[in-house]
Amino acid sequence: MNKVMFFAHLRDAVGKEFLLVEAAGKTVAELKAEMAGTYRLEKMDTVMTAINEEFAMNDEIIRDEDVIAFIPPVSGG
Amino acid sequence: MNFEISKEAIDIQAVIDKVVEREAGAITTFIGTVRELTKGKRTLFLIYEAYEAMAVKKLEQIGAEIEERWQGTKVAITHRVGRLEITDVAVVIAVSTPHRADSYEANRYAIERIKEIVPIWKKEHWENGEEWMGNQLETVAYPKGEPEEKDLK
Repeated sequence: MNKVMFFAHLRDAVGKEFLLVEAAGKTVAELKAEMAGTYRLEKMDTVMTAINEEFAMNDEIIRDEDVIAFIPPVSGG
Repeated sequence: MNFEISKEAIDIQAVIDKVVEREAGAITTFIGTVRELTKGKRTLFLIYEAYEAMAVKKLEQIGAEIEERWQGTKVAITHRVGRLEITDVAVVIAVSTPHRADSYEANRYAIERIKEIVPIWKKEHWENGEEWMGNQLETVAYPKGEPEEKDLK
């Protein structure tokens, strides 16, 4: 099982802070596309992904128990 | 704890105190505040949200990058989250170095990196509506749909 976290406009769109899904074996890009389709998420082409609190590339493969976070363009400071 | 996300108002002096040391000849302090007008649009208040665990890690990474690049540097950063009013302090960055030139440069580097890699988001509540802000570098953020390695290292 994987925890998938959403922030900023993605959290508003999904309506939840996180979801529990089975994503092991999928790539980051596959999970991203799946979530974008299910929740009609916008601007996903600008969204980065983190696995276990480190930025991950689109071709990285998700393992069981990994915590995934979708990170829209940041705007701190 | 030199790198923090705070739900409370930031104690500026407390951030500065973390970088005080006998070898330092300069301490620069950057204070980021909430501005009322942005290109003629009036902000009523802001909400900052963070992926806190990762944000602290990325602030620590920025501190490590700075200490590697400018020898003898100490860095402390606190970023506030939650609702902030106009003039409230959103971020405080304190950098101490043996000499002043490095201190200015390193401090500037810290705020620019925060805007690139630290998972903190700002929601603007304008006079007429609200909006999550995208990256403030005024660039198209990751045209390939993912960051380049160089953006993250």
